[in-house]
Amino acid sequence: MSMLTSIAEMLGRTPGKKPNDSAYSDGARKLHENKRSVAGKKERVAAIKAERDLSPSHKWRNRRWASIIIVNALFVLSYSWDIQLIEGSLSASRVIGFHFADLNAALQVMLAFKDILINLVIGTATVLLLWWILGGRTFCSWVCPYHLLSELAEKIHLRLASMKLVRDLPMHRGMRTVLYVIFAGLAFGTGYTVFEAISPVGILSRAMVYGPGLAIIWVVVLLLFEVFFTRRAWCRYMCPIGLTYGMVGITSPVHVTYNLEKCLHEGDCRAICLVPHVLEVTKKGFALTEDVALGADCTRCGMCVDICPTDSLTFDVKGLNKLL
Amino acid sequence: MSDDNTTPKKKQVTVRQLRERRTILRSIGAGGVVVGAALLGFFPVVKHWMARLRPPGALEENKFLASCIKCGQCVQVCPVEAIKLGDLDEGFGVGVPFIDARTQACDFSCDAVQCVLACPTGSLSHDVDVKEQVHMGVARLSRPNACLARLGKGFKGTARGDDFPGLHRYSEVDRWNPIPIRDHPYDLEQCDLCVRECPIKGAIAIEPLKDDPTGLKGTPVVFEKCVGCGMCEMICPVEPAAIVIDKRKHWENV
Repeated sequence: MSMLTSIAEMLGRTPGKKPNDSAYSDGARKLHENKRSVAGKKERVAAIKAERDLSPSHKWRNRRWASIIIVNALFVLSYSWDIQLIEGSLSASRVIGFHFADLNAALQVMLAFKDILINLVIGTATVLLLWWILGGRTFCSWVCPYHLLSELAEKIHLRLASMKLVRDLPMHRGMRTVLYVIFAGLAFGTGYTVFEAISPVGILSRAMVYGPGLAIIWVVVLLLFEVFFTRRAWCRYMCPIGLTYGMVGITSPVHVTYNLEKCLHEGDCRAICLVPHVLEVTKKGFALTEDVALGADCTRCGMCVDICPTDSLTFDVKGLNKLL
Repeated sequence: MSDDNTTPKKKQVTVRQLRERRTILRSIGAGGVVVGAALLGFFPVVKHWMARLRPPGALEENKFLASCIKCGQCVQVCPVEAIKLGDLDEGFGVGVPFIDARTQACDFSCDAVQCVLACPTGSLSHDVDVKEQVHMGVARLSRPNACLARLGKGFKGTARGDDFPGLHRYSEVDRWNPIPIRDHPYDLEQCDLCVRECPIKGAIAIEPLKDDPTGLKGTPVVFEKCVGCGMCEMICPVEPAAIVIDKRKHWENV
């Protein structure tokens, strides 16, 4: 996938239709042809049937949940037990003395205040580099406390949906880009960090470290909305923080890679994914090359890696594989 | 009136188009609610619902709200835990630090304005190096008739009662660590707690009342050196306090 396509789809463009035959690489074309052949059909069907007995792994999910809990616990314990490892909250902190600043919060402050202190620049640059190395939206799925709550809300939503009590009301992904521009404009225009008043990440992080307040109500409202109306509404269609980190991840070396050869196109990955548009390549006839790195909007959560019955989706670090 | 037959036929809308249209409308609605919810934060700020005493070094209020990244690092370093963070009812002040002086004032126990050093954005201005440079507000004798000094009364016992959790550093007891005020009872012939515990030299003094034949009555007088830390407001033993901080006031405007 080209970088521009990846960015456009992150900003909200609906993924395109099945590509023309001329767009495939030679290897990919051959694989697509094989998958259409009548000869191997029996085996493919049998293989998919056999997968039903497989129970999906939760390796990456468990690691990820542990990461969210440990990072946030470090914030809490650093203050309550005074161990001083990560002082502050997710919006800005000192990690063993080094300044860290959340990219979106720092951006809001810079736009509103229009005067930038060197400490903030250092904190922002450090975090920028860190999340570029780690994969951009990796922040969302591996650190953000709202993400974890939202996953639980999603489970309830899906359970209720399977009982036909609720129905997912999807929204347009471009809304996140619109909100991003609006909040950036508001910060610059009004001189207030407007978004921070409703940022569930900031609210939750402060609530955990300094004790909860009324602001938790807003987070509860968001979660209830996700349970009863729109699956993962905040993370999928709204959160400007996600877009900020998504942009960091455009050129990041860490990503999930799709292998066309192994894939049987069951579609399990797209069903569980937070941002299924990045998995559009897994549809039959969509992959242009044999191996495709998923788009920038991917949160590197590993749910698709866990559920994929054929190991077609794997974590990959660009450059590192060549070295090894 | 046009004939029904001549009106152009309504274009057929497919189910798919209808669904897409609904998705767009729903997105606009939900996005509007999110922006609207955020903008509600304007009210408490613009209408000044809550005047807050800000920590030492805080920039002018609008700049302060703009530059604060709402991380709470100032909260963590304060040795007397004077700094609290704003809640939802403060609008854009959510997560912004303030001090409730009556509950726990800043008494500069840390010596080196630790909160200023902790601030990553300069919202608590790094131009402040020593406590004397701080401008949080100005103390004012708001209830002169309740002031024990003016009544010529002494004070005996714990300043704020035996349950009061507030902390203060008494240099003569422990140079480095603040202790609960309830553990430090007083026995004074004339109440001068606001002067006695003021961390800034020359900020406040008791001056004798002229028309007092007994010579026991005096009145607290605040001078320009007052930084508005609120120590006098916290220690004042009458309820409510006879002396309060005019938040964010500058000496020139008093």
